[in-house]
Amino acid sequence: MRVVWSLLLVGVLALIAFFGAQAGGQALFGIVLPYLAMAVFLVGVAARVVGWARSTVPFRIPTTCGQERSLPWIKPASLDNPSTGLGAAARVLLEVFTFRSLFRNNRSELREGGRFTFSADKWLWAAALAFHYSFLVVFLRHYRFFAEPVPAVVAWIQGLDGFFQVGLPVVYVSDIVLVAALGYLLWRRLADARLRYISLHADYFPLALILGVALSGVLLRYFSKADIVAVKELAIGLVSFHPAVPKGIDPLVFVHIFLVSVLLTYFPFSKLVHMAGVFLSPTRNLANDNRMHRHVNPWNPPIVGHTYAEWEQEFHDKLVASGIPLDKE
Amino acid sequence: MPEKKRDELVQIDYTPPQRDWMDPAIDFAARKGTWSYPAAAKNLRYLGLPNPRDWSPTDADWQLPENWQQIIHDGLAERLTKFRSLKLFLDVCVRCGACADKCHFYLGSGDPKNMPVLRAELLRSVYRNDFTTAGKILGRVAGARPLTPAILKEWYYYFYQCTECRRCSVFCPYGIDTAEITMLARELLNLVGLNINWVIEPVANCDRTGNHLGIQPHTFKDNIEFLVDELEEVTGIRVDPSIDRKGAELLFVVPSADYFAEPGIYTFMGYLLLLHSLGVDYTLSAYASEGGNFGLFTSNEMMKRLNYKIYHEARRLGVKWILGGECGHMWRVINQYMDTMNGPADFLEAPVSPITGTAFTNAASTKMVHICEFTADLIKHGKLKLDPSRNDHLRVTFHDSCNPARAMGILEEPRYILKSVVNNFFEMPENTIREQTFCCGGGAGLGNDENMEMRLRGGLPRANAVRFVHEKHGVNLLACICAIDRAVLSTLMEYWVPEVGVSGVHELVGNALVIEGEKSRTTDLRGKPLAGGKGDADA
Amino acid sequence: MRDRAWIFIGLAAFLALALAPVWQSALHGAARKPEPKIVTKAKQCVEPTAEMRRNHMELLNAWRDTVVRRGQRTYLAADGKTVTMSLSGTCMSCHPNKKEFCDACHNYLAVSPYCWECHIEPKEKS
Repeated sequence: MRVVWSLLLVGVLALIAFFGAQAGGQALFGIVLPYLAMAVFLVGVAARVVGWARSTVPFRIPTTCGQERSLPWIKPASLDNPSTGLGAAARVLLEVFTFRSLFRNNRSELREGGRFTFSADKWLWAAALAFHYSFLVVFLRHYRFFAEPVPAVVAWIQGLDGFFQVGLPVVYVSDIVLVAALGYLLWRRLADARLRYISLHADYFPLALILGVALSGVLLRYFSKADIVAVKELAIGLVSFHPAVPKGIDPLVFVHIFLVSVLLTYFPFSKLVHMAGVFLSPTRNLANDNRMHRHVNPWNPPIVGHTYAEWEQEFHDKLVASGIPLDKE
Repeated sequence: MPEKKRDELVQIDYTPPQRDWMDPAIDFAARKGTWSYPAAAKNLRYLGLPNPRDWSPTDADWQLPENWQQIIHDGLAERLTKFRSLKLFLDVCVRCGACADKCHFYLGSGDPKNMPVLRAELLRSVYRNDFTTAGKILGRVAGARPLTPAILKEWYYYFYQCTECRRCSVFCPYGIDTAEITMLARELLNLVGLNINWVIEPVANCDRTGNHLGIQPHTFKDNIEFLVDELEEVTGIRVDPSIDRKGAELLFVVPSADYFAEPGIYTFMGYLLLLHSLGVDYTLSAYASEGGNFGLFTSNEMMKRLNYKIYHEARRLGVKWILGGECGHMWRVINQYMDTMNGPADFLEAPVSPITGTAFTNAASTKMVHICEFTADLIKHGKLKLDPSRNDHLRVTFHDSCNPARAMGILEEPRYILKSVVNNFFEMPENTIREQTFCCGGGAGLGNDENMEMRLRGGLPRANAVRFVHEKHGVNLLACICAIDRAVLSTLMEYWVPEVGVSGVHELVGNALVIEGEKSRTTDLRGKPLAGGKGDADA
Repeated sequence: MRDRAWIFIGLAAFLALALAPVWQSALHGAARKPEPKIVTKAKQCVEPTAEMRRNHMELLNAWRDTVVRRGQRTYLAADGKTVTMSLSGTCMSCHPNKKEFCDACHNYLAVSPYCWECHIEPKEKS
């Protein structure tokens, strides 16, 4: 089972950091690798995006999911079949922020007597949305470690996230949602035979890795209660380019940092680049206005078809016999 | 018809096999009925396409060029820079599985490689091996496979088992369009001479004679005259379509099936009746006698080559703009490719309806209007006298054809027309119409007889929805705006729902159209008696 | 290609955002580590310093519950000493300087304890 390998790998990575940090590798796990990882991430993502940008978009091929703009009395689907760039931009943004296409998801089942039924299936949509948003909130919350003073908006997000004021330190809803959503996404890959069949290492590993990041973070916050003043010192040292590892940092912190470093390094080489790619999808980010405005193909091949003159020459006698008018008599 | 009975065909096992999908094994001989015959050498030779030879997929040796791996590698490299769609779609798939049960071929066959995600993985795995860092280093662990003859055979099988219908693309969170993957994979296959005759022969025909069916100009004229006679018999009106007439206002381009065989010919009769009754100044062309474009199923170059004729002919004849008939993939080409490939059409005028004065601003650049847009506008302006009761013997549902729905969005126009010309109109369930419409199972060149089992399997979800409205509302006619549909769905209905016939939208317009000077109609355009034995209701 | 301009603008925006902490640190200068000021002469808090640093929030929370819900006010520390459980009476007798003591770390890490939703904040000169 592929999932076992991914979980094992993440476990081994965690152990490496845990013991490595205690064996004197604090500067490696706390400074060198985070810097390297960030560099790989930024350069890697930029290279991917530039790579896509270098490829041309010869044709305007939106997938139209609604009525075209045609006659004035027919209401067009301005989002699902945009006729303007603005509409297409809105379509992409809604895709990014609300996963609209995934929201359409339904489940087809073959019943007795060869009948298909279709039922709404929003679980994937809900879990994907829950995962991405909770991860975003967790990510934004971490800004408190990297900035002094901490921007008010970060404090505001924290306040909202810890709204229920349960436990001490206050339990963040995003932590629970993140772990639960990851658990569901992992579970569905295993529970559904079809998904199990299509899932690669590259599908299990990111889930396992992010789960490792989340769980080590949860341990740090709620159980080991790491000295976060020292952690912030480390973080500030990194972003101000005066890196130093303060004393008294829990080895688990290095596990957390190392797993994040692995995630950042892995990111540009994996399917995770969908984060940037979703903006560039030609079936979503183009308007269906090709009949209104000509789209130019930069490499339009100079192909000329079978010309009328050639055709007329070949069928001349038949054309004459059947009285079809000719260019040349 | 395949040997398998209906009951047998719906015993579909969706349990994936034990064997890992990365280990290919296609037994073509055992899977007869689910693949198409390869292109005949003469057609490849005519078109100047590579590696013409006589071969069969059941052969052990497919007689590939010696350096076929290099050819495909280079071809893929070239296309990765030419098509951002390809590069992006190969990079960003997360295998969430949302597309899996959206493919009609998967639903009808249970073959996991018909899940759009795996169909793309067939190519993606090779892309990873040849072009990505992870794939080069980690190989199979990173989901990468070097291209082997067995994998190439799998490509041939599955990329000619996709109808490029784009249904999966509707559901994909990144808009990954398997049609795009399939189109480019077919381009690669074409580079080493792996093509199917049911695509390549029409392409060769179209290039030479002007249409897919290879109808030569004199036969073209004969066919049309025959239909004019038929029309006169039913209506008493003699329409007079012109061919290759210079100076006409409109050039009218239709799919060749519409003047060749049932049930398309009735749609064609509907067009002629409509245009005649309004006195539209139009001409047909024997040279540009094909709206469809099987080049779309071959390569972008071939698509451009065939599409060239339409503007070329419009310029020669000096028309103002172009009107297009009911055809699915034809409209994908016209809506998304024509102007880019063979434009700008600056020698034409922005289309304006000669009857209502409506400017078709949505076609201002391409200068080509869909006949459903044209007719809907006529009806809206009250320019047609319609007697929908002449269609009372019909209980009609509408099949959105894949391309007009998902590569254009012409959803309301045909419905508006249908609701104006028939009294009994019923929609199929919402998950099976509009942008979620199911393919007929025979698009993209797969509507051939040797592929019959796969066609019937792929068409099962569509047929199912038709059967639903047949049983619930007594629907007996499936209307559509696609020539391939009209051919393929007829067979599909005969097998799955034999009580339901297939027609084009303009056939029903032709039935309902009340024309000055016509005789009182006793039959519809097919010669079938009208409901209640009436015929003089509007006399 | 017009779309490339958009892509590069988007990419630049992403890179700029991703490096936001770097810009902020460059603008504000490197933040100094907080040093909570201890004004008492006592050698040890109710529990050892390391324990207090890590778990003071839980201790205070436990005190609150014990006092408010059960009416008990005596705390038995790990070393056998007894202390009266009282934020203002006990804690603040040694740490009266909320701004220099509590807030030093809390502000640094944007922690906002809800002690002062019930208790009155000590009046201090800032």
